[in-house]
Amino acid sequence: MTAFLAKRIGIGLLTLMVASAVVFGVLEILPGDPAQLMLGMNATPEALANLREQMGLNQPVLLRYFNWVGGMLVGDFGRSFTYSSPVIDLIAERVVVSLPLAVISLILSTAIAIPVGIFSAARRGKAADTVSMGAAQIGVAIPNFWFALLLIYVFAVWLRLVSSGGFPGWNAGIWPGIKALLLPAVALALPQAAILARVTRSAMLEVLGEDYIRTARAKGMPRRTVLWRHALRNAMIPVLTILGLQFAFLLAGTIIIENVFYLPGLGRLVFQAITQRDLIVVEGVVMLLVASVVVVNIIVDILYAVVDPRLRIAA
Amino acid sequence: MSMQPLSAEPTGWRALVRMAFANRSFLVGFIITALIAAMALVSFVWTPYDVTHLVVADRMKGLSAEHPFGTDHFGRDILSMIMVGSRNSIAVALVAVGIGMGIGVPLGCWAAARGGWIDEALMRFNDVVFAFPALLSAVMITAIFGPGAINAIIAIGIFNVPVFARVARAGALSLWPREYVLAARASGKGKALITIEHILPNIASILLVQGTIQFALGILAEAGLSYLGLGAQPPMPSWGRMLFDAQTRMMVAPHLAIFPGLAIVITVLGLNLLGDGLRDMLDPKLRRQR
Repeated sequence: MTAFLAKRIGIGLLTLMVASAVVFGVLEILPGDPAQLMLGMNATPEALANLREQMGLNQPVLLRYFNWVGGMLVGDFGRSFTYSSPVIDLIAERVVVSLPLAVISLILSTAIAIPVGIFSAARRGKAADTVSMGAAQIGVAIPNFWFALLLIYVFAVWLRLVSSGGFPGWNAGIWPGIKALLLPAVALALPQAAILARVTRSAMLEVLGEDYIRTARAKGMPRRTVLWRHALRNAMIPVLTILGLQFAFLLAGTIIIENVFYLPGLGRLVFQAITQRDLIVVEGVVMLLVASVVVVNIIVDILYAVVDPRLRIAA
Repeated sequence: MSMQPLSAEPTGWRALVRMAFANRSFLVGFIITALIAAMALVSFVWTPYDVTHLVVADRMKGLSAEHPFGTDHFGRDILSMIMVGSRNSIAVALVAVGIGMGIGVPLGCWAAARGGWIDEALMRFNDVVFAFPALLSAVMITAIFGPGAINAIIAIGIFNVPVFARVARAGALSLWPREYVLAARASGKGKALITIEHILPNIASILLVQGTIQFALGILAEAGLSYLGLGAQPPMPSWGRMLFDAQTRMMVAPHLAIFPGLAIVITVLGLNLLGDGLRDMLDPKLRRQR
């Protein structure tokens, strides 16, 4: 287990190192000079020189790279040039919107998808299975931002139950905050749930064909117990893989949904930073998101080993 | 699993056609995809109205006999815009799949053929690309290099590369220990030749299935990018852009948001069904399970 963990963490660190080089490199090979890119073509030479100095552009490339990486390791992501505040503060402000949004959608999608997937697998070929998998097939095809528009129309414009966008901030109280995140979370969750339900169903079907399931049934164990205790646990590996991927997607992929609902989250921060050419913010947020993907992957690997003892011994 | 008699199944084209008709997913998916493709082709020679023609007096009209899907805020016919927009969606997604296959498949085959550190290095680099949030990176690429259909293609295509590399490698790895490959090696053929003659034809079917899936994902990604204003630029109509324009006008004209969205859903649904059907037809193991 320790060796297994060490290997996974090693690969994670390697991924982060290469990723940091890629992010830094891409912004380095950009045509023209970053200061010019950020300030635009009409910038005065003094402003350019100032920014170059502030960004340390006059130093050699390698030194700048190590300064950047070293800074991030101690939580210094540099200073945003459009917001004129430290990038880490901006991130902290936005994470409190994006993280709850991702967590609520993940809970929603799991709560819908896993029961539906199991139910469908248990009734394979019956009407209930056909209907729920048909619905899932359509759900996979729905772009989440279009679904978001429909939700806004029904619940905000028509029924006037919630506001169509914006975020009051957590200072306004927990409930108003969650209420503002509800529609975006549903919009994100349903297409994800459709994918997850399909994966759960096919994983369950695979397991239900195994000999030990028949043995469990043959010795008189009730169907329900076999389904939940034997089958589900063994079907968890592919389900966990998709869950991990989806959480990573939700953290970063909210970029469009946050724009639809005018939510001040990480996605919107990075989108605005990109359009305003605030590259320091872009670099910082992208690295943070890559790091969270790596961490989620390691957690998923650990969960594999928890779910399946064979993996513990093999590693 | 029940035992199945080993009947002498008919082979060749006739069997394939019979299988296609028996497979509901494939049949429905194929019809939808063919209709969408036909719509895109027809739009080159005929649309109900000219999509660059603005009729301010007719703006945001509801559904009518003249405009079955209504008109937008410039008085353009929505049906015509959806028809022309389909070209953009299909072109972007198709070329992005081409980029992914063109680079990813040779890389995956190379990794499988060589093994060792080359394989390891390529797969680790794959992991790195997978760790980048795809949509965010696509937004970054289009924003930095400028919005437009070409950059959207590149941005979506880059993230197809590791997908195809992984699928091709996995398929090729399972083939290398086979007897007929060993026989080819024993006869002195080089790895490149074996890959072309024996590996590629045998992984073509899984690549085709993956291709339809990535095609569908590409359509969704393109819609997302053009919704953010980073895809095809006006006056070229695109489905995502139409949804963006619809958002602020939804209170007065909900039909603006309905039809472009439905176009996306139907296209993606058709491609996904096609992919599912192909997989069932090409993978005998799955076929028996169902």
